[in-house]
Amino acid sequence: MMSALSALSPATVSLAAETTRTSTGEAVQFWVLGTVAVLGALATVLMKKSVHSALSLAATMIVLAVFYLAQGAYFLGIVQIVVYTGAIMMLFLFVVMLVGITAADSLKETLKGQRWMAAGCGIGFGILLIAGIGNASLDTFAGSGQANSGGNVQGLARLVFTTYVWAFEITGALLITAAVGAMVLTHRERTEERRTQRELSQARVRDGVQVTPLPAPGTYARHNAVDIPALLPDGSSSELSVNSTLRARGQVRDVAADAMRRLAALDQSAGEWLGRKGLRDKGLESSESSAADRAEEGAK
Amino acid sequence: METLIGLLVAAPLLGAGVLLTGGRRLNRYGHLLGTLLALVSFVLGLVLFANMLGKSADDRTLTSHLFTWVPVESFQAQVGFQLDQLSMTFVLLITGVGSLIHIYSIGYMEHDENRRKFFGFLNLFLAAMLLLVLADNYFLLYAGWEGVGLASYLLIGFWQHKPSAATAAKKAFLVNRVGDIGLSVAIMLMFTTFGSFAFADVLPAAKGADATQHATLTGIGFMLLLAACGKSAQVPLQSWLGDAMEGPTPVSALIHAATMVTAGVYLITRSGAIFNVAPDAQTAVVTVGTVTLLFGAIVGCAKDDIKKALAGSTMSQIGYMIMAAGLGPIGYVFAIMHLVTHGFFKAGLFLGAGSVMHGMNDEVDMRRYGGLRKYMPITFVTFGLGYLAIIGFPGLSGYFSKDKIIEAAFAKGGTEGWILGGCAMLGAAITAFYMTRVMLMTFFGEKRWERDAEGHEPHPHESPASMTIPMIVLAFGSVFAGALFSLNSRFVHWLEPVTGHSEGDSPLSTGAVTAGTLVVLLLGVALAWLMYGRRPVPAVAPRGSLLTRAARRDLLQDDFNHVVLVRGGEHLTRSLVYLDHSLVDGVVNGTAASVGGLSGRLRKLQNGYVRSYAVSMLGGTAVVVAATLLMRAV
Amino acid sequence: MNPANYLYLAALLFTIGAAGVLIRRNAIVVFMCVELMLNACNLAFVTFSRMHGNLDGQVIAFFTMVVAAAEVVVGLAIIVSIFRSRHSASVDDANLMKL
Repeated sequence: MMSALSALSPATVSLAAETTRTSTGEAVQFWVLGTVAVLGALATVLMKKSVHSALSLAATMIVLAVFYLAQGAYFLGIVQIVVYTGAIMMLFLFVVMLVGITAADSLKETLKGQRWMAAGCGIGFGILLIAGIGNASLDTFAGSGQANSGGNVQGLARLVFTTYVWAFEITGALLITAAVGAMVLTHRERTEERRTQRELSQARVRDGVQVTPLPAPGTYARHNAVDIPALLPDGSSSELSVNSTLRARGQVRDVAADAMRRLAALDQSAGEWLGRKGLRDKGLESSESSAADRAEEGAK
Repeated sequence: METLIGLLVAAPLLGAGVLLTGGRRLNRYGHLLGTLLALVSFVLGLVLFANMLGKSADDRTLTSHLFTWVPVESFQAQVGFQLDQLSMTFVLLITGVGSLIHIYSIGYMEHDENRRKFFGFLNLFLAAMLLLVLADNYFLLYAGWEGVGLASYLLIGFWQHKPSAATAAKKAFLVNRVGDIGLSVAIMLMFTTFGSFAFADVLPAAKGADATQHATLTGIGFMLLLAACGKSAQVPLQSWLGDAMEGPTPVSALIHAATMVTAGVYLITRSGAIFNVAPDAQTAVVTVGTVTLLFGAIVGCAKDDIKKALAGSTMSQIGYMIMAAGLGPIGYVFAIMHLVTHGFFKAGLFLGAGSVMHGMNDEVDMRRYGGLRKYMPITFVTFGLGYLAIIGFPGLSGYFSKDKIIEAAFAKGGTEGWILGGCAMLGAAITAFYMTRVMLMTFFGEKRWERDAEGHEPHPHESPASMTIPMIVLAFGSVFAGALFSLNSRFVHWLEPVTGHSEGDSPLSTGAVTAGTLVVLLLGVALAWLMYGRRPVPAVAPRGSLLTRAARRDLLQDDFNHVVLVRGGEHLTRSLVYLDHSLVDGVVNGTAASVGGLSGRLRKLQNGYVRSYAVSMLGGTAVVVAATLLMRAV
Repeated sequence: MNPANYLYLAALLFTIGAAGVLIRRNAIVVFMCVELMLNACNLAFVTFSRMHGNLDGQVIAFFTMVVAAAEVVVGLAIIVSIFRSRHSASVDDANLMKL
């Protein structure tokens, strides 16, 4: 026993082969992180948004990973962080984003008596578990020192590839099956022939929608920004030339009004410079008002 | 010779088969075929009779085994025939009278479109009746017994388009079933007691039975009596015979007067060995016979329907036979003798009645007859001879046979003898009364017939030769049969080897009995003449005394049956139905309802919400954990 | 401190997870609660491993993780396909499993 003790790696938290207490450091760590773990678990259950639940769960899992490390299960602790927190929880987040990000869950119970039954069963079950643990004689423990003497990963590998090799192979098959199953479940079969270009164009003509390509923004204006509608030959602006999202947001700038304003300013300065006041006043006002009207319409 | 016995049955059976399956193409000559086969049967009977006469008295029994019908271990039902003197008598009566009635029916049923079917049924009846009397065991006898029941049912309901005929057929069938149960139970008892039901086994065994078997034999006797009551229309199973007159008249003559209804007498006589060792059963037989002879006579007095009056008479006369058969060896021979003579004169009377109806547009009410002697002389004469025979006019058949029975009744001895003899004598008086009444109302007095519903006045006329010839032949039988049989006690000697015979010592001498009978006979005739001959018969029946009214309703027999059996049965059924509904169904439905209700409640647990199921799972796990902890704590 | 405290913590986390499964309707959150329960079990396994001084408990926990991964893959695929057809991730909406 004592020789085994001396052979323990210094990184192990628990060094005793037969001991009754852990180190104080571990106790402090347990109480601090254990609180975090319980809070994380409660948050997982009680948070309205599933994203928050997922993050809380990730926190709890990281705490558990630390506990694994603290108890000498180095491989599991790392796997917990890399695979569980890193891969599985990310998968959760993916799905959450995919299906239910926008709607916050209502925590109001709809099934009659479900909450009371759940509370009763949960509390009863917890009390039973705790009573069971309290009943067991757990005064002494062996510690993981001896088991980890040849290295934790090596020890696990020895077990996995000798005693548990059959179970290991089976889990391999299980994983493959699960992967295939997930593909089968989420794969959507195409139920009809993909439509050809010809069919698409025919449908477009038949339905009477815009047949020609849409006008590029700002083509006839003195701009090439995407938020400025193209000017049609008659001087009005083309609504179709601007992306519908920008239109919906009301972020369309009207090149016509801007250009006219600049022209007017140029005219004015030239007039002042030449001393010809009131040149084309009338025509300017009319074109300005019409451009403003059009801009308003576009905003609508 | 033995082969001929089988042919005797086979001939009419063949006729029935051909006529009933042959279809319409046989319509033209089907009746002739039926009659021919009946005659063939009769001729075969005569041949066998001649053969039998050629042998010595003790060696006359012929047996013929055909095949084993039901071969099951110890239960061996054979099809075999036994022709002894008793069977021979019946064979001649059945085939003889049967042939005559076949001939008669050719004329009587001339205008009926189903005549071929009628003859088929008649042939079927003949075959079944011959099977009944020729069987060498009770099992085969039972087959014949049911066969005649079937034929009777079919023929009573021959005019099934009339609801009354259909109902009457059903009634006859049902009442006969009651009697048939008696016969089947008797056969079962025989089989369990003696291990056989062949005459050759049962009857000697009964004769040699020890005291312990007497109770069983008495039971068998009572069951046989029940069977006889059903088939021979004896009280209390008599109610069907009156209604059976709904059938065509030749049927009434053949089946419900001459042959089938006498099957009960045959059964009791045949089973004489059993009754001889069962005195209680014998007493019951005598009682039934006596009651019926008075019952039938009284009913016969009140009926205005000529056929129903004759039916009452038949009942009464068979009562005589049953009584005689119940008297034991003193009576068997006379029972059979009266049976044969009765077969002649009653068949003749029925055929005469049929002839009258034929001439009167099927009118049956005697109050619509009157003065017919001028219109149908042959019918009148033959009917009259039959009448004289039945009332026991000295020298005619009935005189010899009936007087012998009365004498035998007195010879029973003691108070019993006096009572039986007195009743038989009273019956003779009543017979004279009602037969004279029938005679006077039909053939004498003023004519009282009226136009029928369509306004046709009946034109009474004599019937065709095919009908009158059988009547004449039967009239001869009515007149001479008795004398022929009684000469040198020929009939007694003839039957003695089969039935046995013993002379009782009568407290009255033969002469005294004869004289007494003649006196009461004259009294009866005189009374009838006073009531129906001297003054005109009212066309509408007067209200009459209480007894008359009761007798018109068959002495309330149907009312009795209705109140006791039908009503009682209904009440029993109703209470059983109530029990079934409340108790049995209650338990069943209650169980179903409670299970259903429980399921309905439990179903709510199955609400489809995964989370509810999860709660159940967690609860269950908690229970398992708790149980584990508890077990470890203990 | 006795390592049994880890067991109490595991029991507590397991109970919280179980209650979450019973209370939450969002299928994804329910799934997370299941994962929480599995992790609580893993903690218990690791603790037992330490108590007994061998690595079997850790191997079992490792297998649990693998199985959990497989389960998550399939489960989330099911959730996605249900969401596609019913436009809902609520486990109460999938209540056809009744009479």
